Amino acid sequence: MTTTVTAHVVGRADEVPVGEGRAFTAGDTSVAVFRLRDGSLRAVAAVCPHAGGPIADGQSDARVVVCPLHLNAWRWDGTPTTGAGPLPVYAVREADGHLVVEV
Amino acid sequence: MTAILGGSTREFAVLQAADSRAQIVVVGNGMAGARFVEEVLERDGGEHFRITVFGDEPHGNYNRIMLSPVLAGEADEADIVLNSHDWYAERDVELRAGVRVERIDTAAKVVHAADGTATAYDHLVLATGSHSFIPPMTGVRTADGALLDGVVGFRTIDETRQMLAASRTHRKAVVMGGGLLGLEAARALQAQGMEVELVHAMGWLMNAQLDVEAGGVVRRSVEELGIAVHTDAMATEVLGTDRVTGVVLKDGRTLDCDLLVVAAGVRPHTDVAVRSGVEVERAILVDDRLATDVPDVYAIGECAQHRGTVYGLVAPAWEHATVLADLLTGADPEAAYTGSRTATKLKVAGVDVAVMGVSTPERDSDEFLVISEPKRGVYLSVVVRDDQLIGATLVGDTRKVAFLTQAFDRRTPLPAERIKLLVDLSDGDAEVGVAELPGDSQVCNCNGVTKDRICGAVADGCTSLPKVMDATRAGKGCGSCKGLVQRIVEWAADGALTEEESASWYVPGVPMPKPELIAAIKRHDLRSVSAVFATLARGGEEDAKSKMGLASLLKMIWGSDYVTEPDATFVNDRVHANIQRDGTFSVVPQMKGGVTTPDQLRKIADVAEKYDVPMVKITGGQRIDLLGIRKEDLPKVWADLDMPSGYAYGKSMRTVKTCVGSDFCRFGLDDSTQLGIDLETRFQGVESPAKIKMAVVGCPRNCAEAYVKDVGVVATGKGRWEVYVGGAAGASVRKGDLLATVSTTAEVLELTGRFLQLYRENGNWLERTYDFVPRFGLDRLKAVLLEDSEGLCAALDEGIQRSVDAYTDPWARDRAEPASPGQFRTSLPLTVLPQVPVR
Repeated sequence: MTTTVTAHVVGRADEVPVGEGRAFTAGDTSVAVFRLRDGSLRAVAAVCPHAGGPIADGQSDARVVVCPLHLNAWRWDGTPTTGAGPLPVYAVREADGHLVVEV
Repeated sequence: MTAILGGSTREFAVLQAADSRAQIVVVGNGMAGARFVEEVLERDGGEHFRITVFGDEPHGNYNRIMLSPVLAGEADEADIVLNSHDWYAERDVELRAGVRVERIDTAAKVVHAADGTATAYDHLVLATGSHSFIPPMTGVRTADGALLDGVVGFRTIDETRQMLAASRTHRKAVVMGGGLLGLEAARALQAQGMEVELVHAMGWLMNAQLDVEAGGVVRRSVEELGIAVHTDAMATEVLGTDRVTGVVLKDGRTLDCDLLVVAAGVRPHTDVAVRSGVEVERAILVDDRLATDVPDVYAIGECAQHRGTVYGLVAPAWEHATVLADLLTGADPEAAYTGSRTATKLKVAGVDVAVMGVSTPERDSDEFLVISEPKRGVYLSVVVRDDQLIGATLVGDTRKVAFLTQAFDRRTPLPAERIKLLVDLSDGDAEVGVAELPGDSQVCNCNGVTKDRICGAVADGCTSLPKVMDATRAGKGCGSCKGLVQRIVEWAADGALTEEESASWYVPGVPMPKPELIAAIKRHDLRSVSAVFATLARGGEEDAKSKMGLASLLKMIWGSDYVTEPDATFVNDRVHANIQRDGTFSVVPQMKGGVTTPDQLRKIADVAEKYDVPMVKITGGQRIDLLGIRKEDLPKVWADLDMPSGYAYGKSMRTVKTCVGSDFCRFGLDDSTQLGIDLETRFQGVESPAKIKMAVVGCPRNCAEAYVKDVGVVATGKGRWEVYVGGAAGASVRKGDLLATVSTTAEVLELTGRFLQLYRENGNWLERTYDFVPRFGLDRLKAVLLEDSEGLCAALDEGIQRSVDAYTDPWARDRAEPASPGQFRTSLPLTVLPQVPVR
């Protein structure tokens, strides 16, 4: 099966402060983009697979992101550490001051 | 995407070609197969054998017994991994996970797998286990032979995940099978919020292990959980075309469901053996050396039939693994397996159950002793033949299990007064005396660990429960003996026990108990959470789940000199509101002492209308809650309210409830309202290990519930006030302890401040005062706070004053200028808006 991946410019790079997450829309998909403390970016689904919590409001570190509602956590490859379902992950990069997410 | 349990973080090792070692191939990577590999390696088998393991599932090896706790949400998937892919790689064991073996060419000694590979063996171990038995029912399978969507067995982690996923999106489950597995599935799904009905084909629950009366006791306990039980109920048809919608019973009744769990027993996986010409009856036939009728082919675990018995428990499977490892490695060439006397101890639907041997007398001369207390949920019985224990059933009270297991296993002499088998006549409440337990009595049935071995591990320097468990494997099967293991470890260590280090840490990410952490933070002058991680965490690594506790601690230590970092703060503290299940927020303005004015009410009403607030609610803390506010509206709402934050979202001092006191009440003895306002003014927003609720009442009638608050103040007349601490009326209900009776409101304020600061400096993260006060000890608390026995009072007064001085209203602060870009930007899915019920 072939899956088509499209790159979307979702916003400006400076919209995501260090250590925090913000929600964006890439095509029809809501994504939460995080900037880790080392400056790198991560993009995951904006909606928690457990109970629909807003992932962009969650806390994170170099290894995991934590949903604010019930503190479920996922590694940045989307695998859960707390028994919730997997969290979709997306490629994200910075280009000319823009945030580009591939979904 | 599906997560691989115990997945690998490295590339596969390249196999060396020239290897003179003999090849062992293990078919099956479950409880038996993986344990066999461990046992071979423990006997230095790695020097003489190359080992290849085929596993049907893509995962590493995990503890199947613990799937029920995972389903119930009591254990993490990660906790049940026994051996990860890395574990195999590090030990040079080739794991072919996700590769099914098709057949064995026993003449050429080659294993043919589904991926087309052929692997030669010198010794072959079949450990293929069992599969769920799906009884024949109309409609249970689709045209292509697969199970209908929504129908699932309960045997693997993937099936467990399927059920967990279904529990989130679906409402009603039917569990078929009233045995152990079915009961566990039913309880777990119910704990996940599903409505559960249990269908059992036989006359009573757990009929394989229990007699009708004991089954009845279990049934009542299950029904008390809210699970409907149908016995003598055979399902004949499964309804639904795309997904299951119900089951039809033999008597014509239909039960609606959108999840059907089939736990109606297991059958040994014997197809590979059959296809390969190995002799199979109910399972693969093995002798006392676990050898099949084909040379160099062995079978262990649930797929093996030994002396007519097929075992469905983990303990015999692990005994098989041990005996076969002894034989193949030559560690004990005389090793033989002669059968297991199975004793099971488990918790089913919240009830402790232990069974061994027969459940009812079989001969006229058998003695049968029963204690049945259905009301209390207790049923105990023993069967004695020729002065030996041949069976015991314990439901709801398993205190005698260690003694009975001993008598059953070792055929030790029984007390002449048989009643002593079931109850301690001296003291009915006594736990099994750990000291009296014979040294060779088996404590962990899954792993066959005796009391002597546990004591030996302690003597060898294992000084904590986890270390003893790692060294002996005791408690690492079903876990039901953990309590007994702990008591033995405590007894053997005789006070020299260390707790597992991390248990004393304030947060998991920084390896220090709270007092040490506070000292280190002050010594290194660490004023931000990132600085704490960089300086004090192992490897300087940050930890998301530790951030909130550290932020609170730093604010307590540094007051206004704390360096805020948005990423260190939980969303509630970042936006100064409480996040709700739909991602909106609740806004609770400060209303000191629960006293409001027409002007405030007017403003609140205007805001509620202007922002279409879906619900306006009076809180339990005498305030008004505006629920369902969008994050992006928060600053505007605060500006329009022009009231300070009520801190209803924080791990901080929240509210002081009051009664109307002497101003209006006929019975009021003193001005509780004013004292409540003064307390709230002084301690507003003070952060603490967990939330703090206070109340002041004007007489002991306690209308504002001061006896059950973290700090409660009660007027007793003539200007005197009683100060209670450590009360609670939430998930725990506890009347506060009387700390002191004082004569002025100034003393109330001073004492409250001291208590708060002591709690802030010594309470663990999220430890409420109702746990802190008993832990610290009321007598010591009184001595420290009232007599200054440890010389702390001046520092406590100073500490709380620093936090009082650092108070600023966060709503006023952040409504003009966001603390970070996009602070109030919505994080909700931008395409689908949540549905908030509007009343």
